[in-house]
Amino acid sequence: MLKFTKDHEWIRLEADGSATVGITQFAQEQLGDVVYVELPAVGKEVTKGGDAAVVESVKAASEVYAPASGKVAAVNDKLAGEPALVNASPMAAGWFFKLALKDKGELDGLMDEAAYGKFCEGLH
Amino acid sequence: MSAPSPAPLQRTPLYELHRSLGAKMVPFAGYEMPVQYPSGILAEHLHTRAAAGLFDVSHMGQVRIHGPGAAAAFECLVPGDILGLAPLQQRYTQFTNAEGGILDDLMATRLEDGLFVVVNAACKADDIAHMEKGLDGRARVEPLAERALLALQGPAAADVLARLAPACRAQKFMTLARYSLEGVAALVTRSGYTGEDGFELSLPAEAAERLARRLLAEPEVKPIGLGARDSLRLEAGLCLYGHDIDPTTTPVEAGLTWSIGRRRREQGGFPGADVILAQLAKGTSRKRVGILPDGKAPAREGSIATDASGRRIGIITSGGFGPSIGGPIALGYVESAFAAAGTALQLVVRELPRPAKVAKLPFVPQRYYRG
Repeated sequence: MLKFTKDHEWIRLEADGSATVGITQFAQEQLGDVVYVELPAVGKEVTKGGDAAVVESVKAASEVYAPASGKVAAVNDKLAGEPALVNASPMAAGWFFKLALKDKGELDGLMDEAAYGKFCEGLH
Repeated sequence: MSAPSPAPLQRTPLYELHRSLGAKMVPFAGYEMPVQYPSGILAEHLHTRAAAGLFDVSHMGQVRIHGPGAAAAFECLVPGDILGLAPLQQRYTQFTNAEGGILDDLMATRLEDGLFVVVNAACKADDIAHMEKGLDGRARVEPLAERALLALQGPAAADVLARLAPACRAQKFMTLARYSLEGVAALVTRSGYTGEDGFELSLPAEAAERLARRLLAEPEVKPIGLGARDSLRLEAGLCLYGHDIDPTTTPVEAGLTWSIGRRRREQGGFPGADVILAQLAKGTSRKRVGILPDGKAPAREGSIATDASGRRIGIITSGGFGPSIGGPIALGYVESAFAAAGTALQLVVRELPRPAKVAKLPFVPQRYYRG
């Protein structure tokens, strides 16, 4: 299951029950070249809609919010040395962190791919 | 995100060109300006340092000051030595207020019968009123609203422009020359805002797109947006008005004393001279410095600088990522005791103090052509 937020994060439920989080293609295009990503500490509790990470382009810093509540189970260490992965592969190699979800039901309120696509079209 | 702004934005003569090149347009100082082209800020920045970049800076204010007494009269507004300029020589200076604060920074070029002045876009209406009031009929102020301004910057800039104006090779940094570029009468200064060799070309608006396309047809030249313009000037340690300098900062605090002529230091006669001359004699309590964060996290404008104990000692006024440095860089004001290069301090980013060091400016070596 893949879901999207209005703040342009994606969250994917994995086979092992964890959830992977990143930012969308639309978000990386809007940001431009990513030069730094600040990831949460493994073990940190995050709250749906709360600050979870920071992504910085040449021009500005942007918050990345947690699409759902849970405990950070892993982070993408590759982004420290290669932040441009967020531009090159936002939905795969450029993932941010994995969550052990508190309540999978929180994902029900998020947009699916089709709804998110329409949401982005409205922003152009 | 890309919804049109309700306020009517002005467009430069190159607006259609920017759109056709796929620029991302943003509001800036009342104009719709290209922040980047499809290649992106990093590539544009590095290209300018490696070859040549073409910038549209037509939003800036170009002003002609007419009259044989223009240079003398202009000195009542700025601390720069304007009378000491030879004809066609250019100088960087500032409009100061009665407290010694900076109303705007500008480039002034002496002409045979007056001055050619370039001021910041956001300040130009105020600057024109300020000049008219200050010059008080001793020289006539003519805003050149119908002229475009292009900047061609980078180590290949002279090679490129020489194909249109061979004489530009010998033109020295901070001088003006008049060239016919493909039949277009241009005022060309060898100066810029990137730390690189380069030129600024003042052109009639109607010829701007044709000449811009002509320059972009050269293999070394790519269009560069305001995003890279900002990262280039930041690496070059150059002040951005409204951020690193403003009415509350003086040229002495800002590290711009080199732009105050010796005669002006002795004689004064500019707004805020009492404050500025006293600061030149006794020093200031704070200074503008370059700062290199130790880690990878950029410290943005408004970040607080502290000493090791957490006491506030300064603030960041411009901060970001330096593509040629490959890491974060910043400008800011610190207490003078912390202003020496190499001094350790901390920058508070997202509530976390992070180690940083005061650095010598510029962050990248200047490559101006001094002949």
